[in-house]
Amino acid sequence: MLITCPYCGPRDVIEFTYQGDGNRERPQPNSQDLDAWNAYVYDRLNPAGDHNEIWQHSGGCRTHLRMVRNTVTHEISSTGFARGDHNAVARHKEGGKS
Amino acid sequence: MSPRRIETGGRIDRLRTIRFTFDGTPYTGHAGDTLASALLANGVTLFGRSFKYHRPRGLLSAGVEEPNALVTVLRGEVREPNIAATMVEIYDGLVAVSQNRFPSLAWDVNAINQLGGKLLSAGFYYKTFMGPVFGPLKGTRFWMFCEHFIRRAAGLGKAGIAADTSRYERMNAFCDVLVVGSGPAGLSAAKTAADQGARVILAELDPRFGGSANWSGETIDGAPAADWAARTVSQLEGHDTVRLLPRTTVWGYYDGNTLAALERVTDHKEVPGKGEPRHRYWAIRAKTVVLATGSFERPLVFPGNDRPGVMLAHAAERYANDYGVLPGDRIALFTNNDSAYRSALALKKAGAAIVAIVDVRPEPSSEMRSLATEAEAEILSGHAVVATEGGKALSGLKVQRFDMNSGLLSGDARSIHADCLLMSGGWSPTIHLASQAGARAEWNPARQAFLPPKPTQQRWIGAGAFNGSFSTVEAITEGRGAGLSSAGGASAPAALPDVEAAPGDPNPAPVFEIKAKGKSFVDFQHDVTAEDVRLAHREGFVSVEHLKRYTTLGMATDQGKNSNVPGLAIMAEALGKPIPEVGTTRFRPPYSAVSIGSLAAERFGDLKPERLTPMHDWHLANGATMYSAGLWFRPMIYGLAGETIEQAYVREAKATRESAGIVDVSTLGKIAVQGPDAAEFLDRVYTNMFSTLAVGKARYGLMLREDGLAFDDGTTWRLGEQDFLMTTTTANAGKVMQHLEYFLDVIWPELKVHVTSVTDEWAGAAIGGPKARAILAACVTGTAVDNTTLPFMGIVHGQIAGVPVMICRLSFSGEMAFEVYSGAGYGTHVWEALIEAGKPFGLVTYGLEALGTMRIEKGHVTGAEIDGRTTARDLHLDWMLSKKKPFIGSAMMDREGLIAPDRLQLVGLVSLDNLPLNGGAHIVAELDETNPHDSLGHITACCYSPALGKHIALALVEGGKARHGTRAFVSDPLRKRFGPVEIVSNHFYDPDGSRMHG
Ligand SMILES: [Zn+2]
Repeated sequence: MLITCPYCGPRDVIEFTYQGDGNRERPQPNSQDLDAWNAYVYDRLNPAGDHNEIWQHSGGCRTHLRMVRNTVTHEISSTGFARGDHNAVARHKEGGKS
Repeated sequence: MSPRRIETGGRIDRLRTIRFTFDGTPYTGHAGDTLASALLANGVTLFGRSFKYHRPRGLLSAGVEEPNALVTVLRGEVREPNIAATMVEIYDGLVAVSQNRFPSLAWDVNAINQLGGKLLSAGFYYKTFMGPVFGPLKGTRFWMFCEHFIRRAAGLGKAGIAADTSRYERMNAFCDVLVVGSGPAGLSAAKTAADQGARVILAELDPRFGGSANWSGETIDGAPAADWAARTVSQLEGHDTVRLLPRTTVWGYYDGNTLAALERVTDHKEVPGKGEPRHRYWAIRAKTVVLATGSFERPLVFPGNDRPGVMLAHAAERYANDYGVLPGDRIALFTNNDSAYRSALALKKAGAAIVAIVDVRPEPSSEMRSLATEAEAEILSGHAVVATEGGKALSGLKVQRFDMNSGLLSGDARSIHADCLLMSGGWSPTIHLASQAGARAEWNPARQAFLPPKPTQQRWIGAGAFNGSFSTVEAITEGRGAGLSSAGGASAPAALPDVEAAPGDPNPAPVFEIKAKGKSFVDFQHDVTAEDVRLAHREGFVSVEHLKRYTTLGMATDQGKNSNVPGLAIMAEALGKPIPEVGTTRFRPPYSAVSIGSLAAERFGDLKPERLTPMHDWHLANGATMYSAGLWFRPMIYGLAGETIEQAYVREAKATRESAGIVDVSTLGKIAVQGPDAAEFLDRVYTNMFSTLAVGKARYGLMLREDGLAFDDGTTWRLGEQDFLMTTTTANAGKVMQHLEYFLDVIWPELKVHVTSVTDEWAGAAIGGPKARAILAACVTGTAVDNTTLPFMGIVHGQIAGVPVMICRLSFSGEMAFEVYSGAGYGTHVWEALIEAGKPFGLVTYGLEALGTMRIEKGHVTGAEIDGRTTARDLHLDWMLSKKKPFIGSAMMDREGLIAPDRLQLVGLVSLDNLPLNGGAHIVAELDETNPHDSLGHITACCYSPALGKHIALALVEGGKARHGTRAFVSDPLRKRFGPVEIVSNHFYDPDGSRMHG
């Protein structure tokens, strides 16, 4: 699998660490809504197809990427900074909760 | 000359004799021989015993698909089992032994299983052993009873227990075109692509490039095919953009056109060259892949088709033309297609007598008739072989009239005297890599084979026999086309290659099995017969996948390379469905066996990275026994002559508590947390407050995970208003760093904080004990170290021996203690200065064992207790949970299950029988040595405590705190340690901390 880091360009997957489901929404720190916290910590979509994911370029610049990866073909249809203040972000593209 | 070696021909070097042994018997062969060809040349016919029935088995093939002739190769104490003799190149001193026989290959007591054939039919294991328990000796319990004996009887080679001392290597490679296979198609593709200027990698699993050109006897462009191949290879060698990889199997096709290959670098050498790895794992990323992987000839299924002396036709042709070995003097052939006629002629030319060509087809073509005439062979058309005769070698066969439309036999059986029977059941393209790449194979009724379809997700092009184009002209033409388009060249009308080859129709008759009395094998290695396949059908197994699992068809080491299509054909007939509706198996990596060593490569052995602290060499020079912790090496003890480990750590811990001790703590994770929002960030990350921490002070902190469980602990030092130095446990340094980066990058990008790993920038020494302060006072300049200047958790900056140091007064040992940090490059310099200053005070060095002992005495937690299942409350750290602010894990930590009173909680244990305790031992309320049950928890860490004079332990015990002062037992049936303990507080020693506060 080849992942295109917005800083470093296309790099082998061996340089990256999967950092979880990109559809998770962390409740506000003060939130007492246990259901929301439970959904954030435990609920996962596990789709066969496009999936929003967070990856870290841990063997490189260590930035976090938000990307859409097809879990069947490993095809990566978009990548961007997880910080969200640079390029287009795939957060609400297909592969996420509608 | 060996009995079956031809005087001329083949590509072996008859001037070079090589000596080796097989089952202890010495043999000779020649350079260029495989173990299979050399043994065959010596007249050996028996190579192994079959898996289930222990039937004698000989060579079936000449290549990677060999199911029968599996051997174990020994190198010193290291044994590698289950290697096909056809893939072992001989070298002087090679030691190989046969497998699955007892006591010897020739006389095998388990061959009696042949008589009990009914007993061991398909599903025998499931039916007999996997059912419910009805009686004392049935079902699963019966299996558990018998397993030991059956596994011994039905097994492949035994794995060795000696450590593999070989080196393995991993390589990454990039190319425009990866060509897999170097027959005429692959060579043409590589040459054409290279001529276009493409970067080419050509991988060939055999030692020699050229594939079938080496033994076809054909003529290409006026030259013998082998010479044409050699010439093409030397042209490729002239390109500096071409990498040639012989002895390399491409075994995996992954997404992004990444392929995995195994290069056997030194398996064929008596002694590896200096620095050479045994195997090299290649990860090849190719823009385009040319699949020129050829095809496998299929066996025919008929009674006695497994007898030694029955072989695939092209394999015999290869033994004769490539290795100069004739597998028999009187050879018969049995075929459903034209290719066997070519083999017959080749063997005739090599000196054998061809006694018959048994062809299931009623009317062989006139071209085939003239080939047979040239081979002086009688054609028995419309006939089939119905039996074979002989024991450890073939003596003859029986044929009968056969109607290929009805499948019926008729007339009297006729005997033919022959010492070798060659079979050809048509050809199956080697589509494994295309299948791995996601393409679904398509049944071609003309070729009676699965052909690769168009590529879907991956960029590959097929050429030659892989495409079902079995002639050399087609192979070269398709190879050139594939090479051209993979290199992005425009198609130029190239002249057709000039090939002189025997004629032949590529389409076989659709005959896979001859139904006659006797065992007809489909999967040779796993002893699956045609009747087993039908039995599976009668018992209701309709899917191929179920069939495979039930009969174990295709699950042997050859992974169905020989049995797949015949097995499917028999299943299809039983179901009354056409083959494509029954389906095929999707192939998965690896294509053939891959050494685990090559996958581990640099992560193992002498290539594995090591992390050494700045003071590492000093420790070694001063008698430390090192201990590996992850990648780190740390002193375990500094043993004196004649000391046991326990004596050493007891002495070190005792001396520390009595005077002073020093320990290397450079491995602790260290993270610089800096920026305007650094204090706010730490408040969110830690359960306790850090924004209130004064500059120049340190604080112990605890982190939770999002789910509310404990994650890591350590001290964090405030060096400036916006500058913190966080320390983590050694084991979690990387994880904590990623945790912080994740929250800064993904969750709170608005925080202005930067985190930097500085673990390797600082050398750390912890010095503790009643004399620790005096020692520092003796060597530190530029600052005082008295209680006012350097109170508990205070930080000062000064110098030791002219080097700047940072000193924080904190304690892990429970003594008055200080951590002294200096730049890593000065670590040893500062350490030596501290040792020197400590001499008058009786300072000792101590290692991990004494460190662990003192922390157990103090009841501090480490990774053994923060094990991913415990909460802050379980560890009595709830005093650290701030109620003034939210922090990571605060929302989830109070869930019902995490605050239940019966949770495992940290306690101390004291051994009441004065015997040592064991880590992992269970704690029980009542001792029952014969039937241990009702565990209350387990021991996480234990030691002999010099401070208490007792064997003590930390443990996680149900409702821990409430049990203080009560008695329980350790129950450790594996190590047979049972005994009484008292449950106490985890703070064994100096519970009010008066020693460290001084
Ligand atoms: Zn990067």
